[in-house]
Amino acid sequence: MEDSLLFNSPGYPILSFIMLMPLIGALVCHVLRGNLALKIWGLIVTGLTALMSMPLYVLFDRTSARYQFAEVRAWIPALDLNYVVGVDGISVLLVLLTTLMMPLCVLCSWHFIRERLAEFIIVLLLMETAMIGVFVSLNTVLFYIFWEGMLVPMYLLIAVWGGPRKDYASIKFFLYTLVGSVFLLLALIVLYVQTDTFFIPELMSADLTFPLQMLIFIACAVAFVIKIPLYPFHTWLPAAHVEAPTAGSVILASLLLKMGCYGFLRLALPIAPEAAQFCAPVMIGLALVSIVFGGCLALAQTDIKRLIAYSSVAHMGFVTLGIFVFSTRGIKGALLEMINHGVITGALFIGVGMLYERTGSREIRNNSGLSMLMPVFVAFMALFGLAALGFPGTSGFVGEFLIMIAAFEQHQTVGLLLIPGVVLAAAYMLRLLQKLIWADCDGIYCLPVHAGDGFYVTVSDLSIREWCLMAVLAVPVLWVGLYPAPLLEIMSCSVDSLLQYLPHAP
Amino acid sequence: MPHAVVLFSPELTLAGMAVVFFAFSLTRSHPMLLQAVAMVFALMALITTTITYATEGVLFAGVYRVDAFSQTFKILISLGMLLVLWLGSGLRGVKRSVRPEYYFFFALSCLGLMMMCSATELLTILLSLEISSFAVYILIPLRFGVGQRAPLEAGIKYILFGLVATGITLYGMSYLFGLTGTTDLVAMMEVLPRPLSLQPLALIGLVMMLCGIFYKLALFPMHFWMPDIFVGAAHETTAFVATIPKIAATALLIRVVSLCGPSEQLTTMLAIMAVVSMTLGNLLALAQDDVKRLLAYSSIAHAGYLIIGVLCIEPFGLLSAMYYVYGYLWMSLACFFVIYNLSDDGRNIRFCDLRGLYKRSPIMAGVLVVGAIGLAGLPPTIGFTGKFMIFAAALKQQHYWLVSLAVFNVCISAFYYLRLVRAAYSNVEQETDYIELSAAAKLLGILIIIAIIVGGLLPQNFLSLARDGLAAIMP
Repeated sequence: MEDSLLFNSPGYPILSFIMLMPLIGALVCHVLRGNLALKIWGLIVTGLTALMSMPLYVLFDRTSARYQFAEVRAWIPALDLNYVVGVDGISVLLVLLTTLMMPLCVLCSWHFIRERLAEFIIVLLLMETAMIGVFVSLNTVLFYIFWEGMLVPMYLLIAVWGGPRKDYASIKFFLYTLVGSVFLLLALIVLYVQTDTFFIPELMSADLTFPLQMLIFIACAVAFVIKIPLYPFHTWLPAAHVEAPTAGSVILASLLLKMGCYGFLRLALPIAPEAAQFCAPVMIGLALVSIVFGGCLALAQTDIKRLIAYSSVAHMGFVTLGIFVFSTRGIKGALLEMINHGVITGALFIGVGMLYERTGSREIRNNSGLSMLMPVFVAFMALFGLAALGFPGTSGFVGEFLIMIAAFEQHQTVGLLLIPGVVLAAAYMLRLLQKLIWADCDGIYCLPVHAGDGFYVTVSDLSIREWCLMAVLAVPVLWVGLYPAPLLEIMSCSVDSLLQYLPHAP
Repeated sequence: MPHAVVLFSPELTLAGMAVVFFAFSLTRSHPMLLQAVAMVFALMALITTTITYATEGVLFAGVYRVDAFSQTFKILISLGMLLVLWLGSGLRGVKRSVRPEYYFFFALSCLGLMMMCSATELLTILLSLEISSFAVYILIPLRFGVGQRAPLEAGIKYILFGLVATGITLYGMSYLFGLTGTTDLVAMMEVLPRPLSLQPLALIGLVMMLCGIFYKLALFPMHFWMPDIFVGAAHETTAFVATIPKIAATALLIRVVSLCGPSEQLTTMLAIMAVVSMTLGNLLALAQDDVKRLLAYSSIAHAGYLIIGVLCIEPFGLLSAMYYVYGYLWMSLACFFVIYNLSDDGRNIRFCDLRGLYKRSPIMAGVLVVGAIGLAGLPPTIGFTGKFMIFAAALKQQHYWLVSLAVFNVCISAFYYLRLVRAAYSNVEQETDYIELSAAAKLLGILIIIAIIVGGLLPQNFLSLARDGLAAIMP
């Protein structure tokens, strides 16, 4: 067991530390009084967690494919169950993405959440613990506990602080993901019964028969495809996004959607490689359909949040495609795209949240012609919008470009089929930007902003808090867009070792 | 062998409790005093069972076995008693003049249930089943504040169904006695041929005998009584009937099936009952508006999950069943905690009464959420760990279809448990009163939350206790 782990924690158990810090912070919330104190406390805890996670980036050994910063503790001896955590090049970036996005989630709800603030901060912190837990678990039971542990806080986030149709959206989210998860649970128990271990690296090297691999792959795939989500299991996503508060949308888009792809990379691919290869055409097909279908639907939306939600379906299609071409470039591109999508879509949702706080509407029609009123905001939105459509020089370009190269290398047709998806992305994003910046749908210059029933509101540009939020998110977009090498270097070894488990693609 | 009094001390404590409350029934006492005395006795029972945990012995000419297995379950029963008494503080749902009698019958019923854990002989089993049932026959109609009809109807139904179950049990026992000429379980199992299918009559007799246990567990097809009893009886009584008899019934069931050993026919039959119980319970629970009725159907479904662990008839499966029944005690009490404290006048609770609970009492909303996600089997709760172990045990025995159906049921059940959470966290338009809980109730609420979560994440202590207990009957 030990030979796949690298114990290079900096003197203290860093992974447990950043995982448990939000949980402890959540417990402290019960004794705090006053909204401002709670908000500041939430910011302190998430900020400290982000700061504490920095050593993961600095001390990460880029030449090793082993699981680093590992910890092993006896947990339930009666079941031979150990508490094992560790990160490799695949998960370390996702952990960092989580810890860095969470302070922004607190910041972006600074004014928006007014009631039940203590509970809100608690739910956010619980989410953070669960999400970090999923990324660092090296034990299937631990993985599943955190995986399901995300469900209830996210449900509450939508159901308590959501929009008008929160009941419908939250229960749909819950039931969809729960049904997926129980399949995952079955797969994990079957794996345990067959191999007598819960330890993920050991499961990877287990030699499973093809029918068993198929069983496990299909059960995992159901869970992950729903979580990603790919067509035709995507219907929960727009509903959940539209009703969720801004922080909920950001968590959902930036982090929760990554769980499915991460699950494929961590469990389904290495444990059931032959089955993964057998099913790859189906997965690639689903990914292509998601890209085109998501793009078309995004083009038809009038609600900005809904538009971004459908664009997420398309982007996650790109990620899935990158994973299932089984090449270094493809998987690296997919990982990079996961990070980029997390940052860009998070930023777009935060932007929509800012608009909604000002105008009370998320309709494109009611938010058009903003260039005179909110020049700074519009500039940021333009940057993130362009990044979302994969404009060269932004981070969106690098990920998509790598995935497209990989697709062309492996299957010419798949590469060609991707092109409409890229064109659609440009179409819906440029349409959105054009209307946000210049005019409403009839091309009439509309100023000031119309907020529905016959009254007008004036809108102010970004406050310092909001400016900081957007600026912080713009940094990685440009940085990764211009110089992605450090991130690619971190994932390099682990991706190569993952590919060794996989049979060579046809 | 330790002295018989030591071995029998938990039962003697409960008998003492019954005597004391018989004396109390002649006086008028303050409800809090009564509750305090009852809880002291429950605590003493807990202590005596813990002390006698490591002892082993046979009493009453071999019909009564005290070993680590029986004591494990007696610890659970005493713990359950303590919690149920703590939960029903002041017995608001019971008429003041009969409160001492209530505790009297409560003690007698628990005495019967404890005896069930140690009984190894047919007549002792029957006697303990009847002691526990007869006391509950009287407890059920003791309800105040909702009129006479529903409690009496519940009482009559429980008696009638109970008598039928007893009849079937006796009939089954007569077959077994006729076949083997002995009433001692161990001797009987030695005489019976293996596998049991060689002697179909033995199998039929065994299953009929188990009907009495299934009745206590509310397992299909002996589940009919549960919804009406839940709705008709007082909340305190319901909390008791829903949890503690299930513990004792599990003990007896595990003892009987472990003596039988693996048997394909028995497993198949239990599997069918488990599947029907789960599916029926979950589907009917979907349609309920009365929270207690919903819990009744969910209780039937949980009996089904529990049986999956039992039907594996190997140590890991039985261990998981023991853990599950322990978890069910906490999760079920979480729901009854909310019902009892929410219904200040003893009425039944509907979904609309739960609305806005998170504003009226955050602690109760928290307990309800934790209980509901535990019952739904989501981590990180005791319900998840229990289901995980049960499914793992069943998959080890290659019961793929059974586990698939159980997992399907988990999905169905999530919907109605989520309805509870949703109701508690939904907004209300009009301002409603804040519900002030007493310090003791708050403490219990926090204890329940901690037990459900910590018990689920760190089950090692209970598992090693239960494993030692199991080793006493399955070396």
